[in-house]
Amino acid sequence: MQTLLHIDCLNYLPSNPTANAQVPTIDRPSANHQSFNQTYPLGPFFPPMATLLRTPLNALCLQQQAKMTGFSGWEMPVQFSGIRQEHEAVRTSVGAFDISHMGKFVLTGPDVIGALQQLVPSDLSRLSAGKAQYTVLLNPEGGIIDDLIVYHQGQGSTQNSAQDSAQNLAENQQQITLIVNAGTTDKDKAWLQQHLPETIAFADISQEQALIALQGPTAVKNLQRLCPDYDLINLPRYHHLTGNLLGYPAFFARTGYTGEDGFEIMVPIAAAKKIWQAFMEFATPCGLGARDTLRLEAAMALYGQDIDDTTTPLEAGLSWLVHLDKAADFIGRSALTQQKAEGVKRRLVGLTLADRNIARHDYPVLHQGKTVGIITSGTLSLTLGYPVALGYVPSDLAKVGQTLAVAIRNKTFPATVVKRPFYKV
Amino acid sequence: MPFDYPEDLQYLDSHEYARVDEEEKIVTIGITSFAVDQMGDVVFLELPETGDSVEKGENFGTIESVKAVEDLKSPVSGSVLERNDALLESPEDIANDPYGEAWLIKVRAEDLSDLDDAMSAAEYEEQVEGS
Repeated sequence: MQTLLHIDCLNYLPSNPTANAQVPTIDRPSANHQSFNQTYPLGPFFPPMATLLRTPLNALCLQQQAKMTGFSGWEMPVQFSGIRQEHEAVRTSVGAFDISHMGKFVLTGPDVIGALQQLVPSDLSRLSAGKAQYTVLLNPEGGIIDDLIVYHQGQGSTQNSAQDSAQNLAENQQQITLIVNAGTTDKDKAWLQQHLPETIAFADISQEQALIALQGPTAVKNLQRLCPDYDLINLPRYHHLTGNLLGYPAFFARTGYTGEDGFEIMVPIAAAKKIWQAFMEFATPCGLGARDTLRLEAAMALYGQDIDDTTTPLEAGLSWLVHLDKAADFIGRSALTQQKAEGVKRRLVGLTLADRNIARHDYPVLHQGKTVGIITSGTLSLTLGYPVALGYVPSDLAKVGQTLAVAIRNKTFPATVVKRPFYKV
Repeated sequence: MPFDYPEDLQYLDSHEYARVDEEEKIVTIGITSFAVDQMGDVVFLELPETGDSVEKGENFGTIESVKAVEDLKSPVSGSVLERNDALLESPEDIANDPYGEAWLIKVRAEDLSDLDDAMSAAEYEEQVEGS
């Protein structure tokens, strides 16, 4: 057991501790944010975590017996009580995740939507204040720079809606919040700043705001009790609003990465501990381990693993967010149009296997004895009781019901293409 | 978190332990409580058959949890006398008693000096938990 702390499911950029050491190029916040950069003495078996960034909940999670791991340049909880217990808590009641490591940008200015339209394949003109869209940033080849959520926070006018979260916006000014992956925050920031007009103010609030995901069937009921002033129960999925939580300004979005109902809540870092502790009255603390098993059952892609700069949304099963008929041109459009015309050659599919034949990242997928594809993510589905995986295979082998094989440690085991997601509420 | 490292065992830096019966030259191999804790929920175990040979420093099997899969390394060369079939049936039980009921394989060692470079309990504890 040589590489005990290598977390297979979190095989994510940067993939090794030496790469991690280069990460803290993120803007260093001022003095009162030092909790992001304290050293933490660990034994020689642990990767050098001293260079990792820390969220405002780091110390609190350690007090709660979290096991920590390096992830995208951050020291993050991988598990608390155990992946299985945490996974089940989210599927049956409610779990809380510290996801403060994620990148958070606020864009303010005239026609921010119009500018973003040129960077994503989704038609953002459908968005209005209080609504959100999951989408991707594309390079000219149609490859995915990152996946992200675009939250429309409002437009300055005399008739702001009740859910309009952007206060005091000048007329015709729009405010949009973007939440992006931690490991791609710097890359996204550079790309956005390069491509957005200077009339749009770009604020990186990644280290000023904490982000907590509250996920599970009883998330909304419990959160509603903490903030009776807003109607969270009737807030539709992918909608959001700003308000207060325990006396702090808070952003509530009915989004998540687990396949369950729930919220992602952004609060100032000064509020994070108090709010986390309030959530602990009803929620099970959960780490990245359970976050991975949950998102995989929901067949949600993990950037750096299932999707990256070399995969297009058409290949990755994200055609639903590609609106080639939208009026605005966007980077990657001609590549996607051409790929669609020629036919997509490989597709990301869901696979199931029998027994405990768990397919993992980078395992070869075979057909008639020949390697035809590759697994990008795989685990034992704790909800379903059998192994599930995502992987790329040639399009003619991507139909539901297709039998393939996966090479697991020099043996091959049958795998079947199934409909995604593996698990649905 | 307190882990237990019995004094009468020898340890590898890859987290396997060896319990040695010097007279019979039988080595019982398992993994440490530290390793079990780090793995998390163990869901799958792959072990060699009785009669198979194992090599010092080489993989003899696999342990898999929800989050990771790891190779098991043998501390000695020899042939497999017995494997823990009950544990293969319910690998999650490894968490209950890693130094007792949840041993992995018993090996007839060719040469017990294979263990000369193994660590004592104190050395292993210092390595995994820091001084």
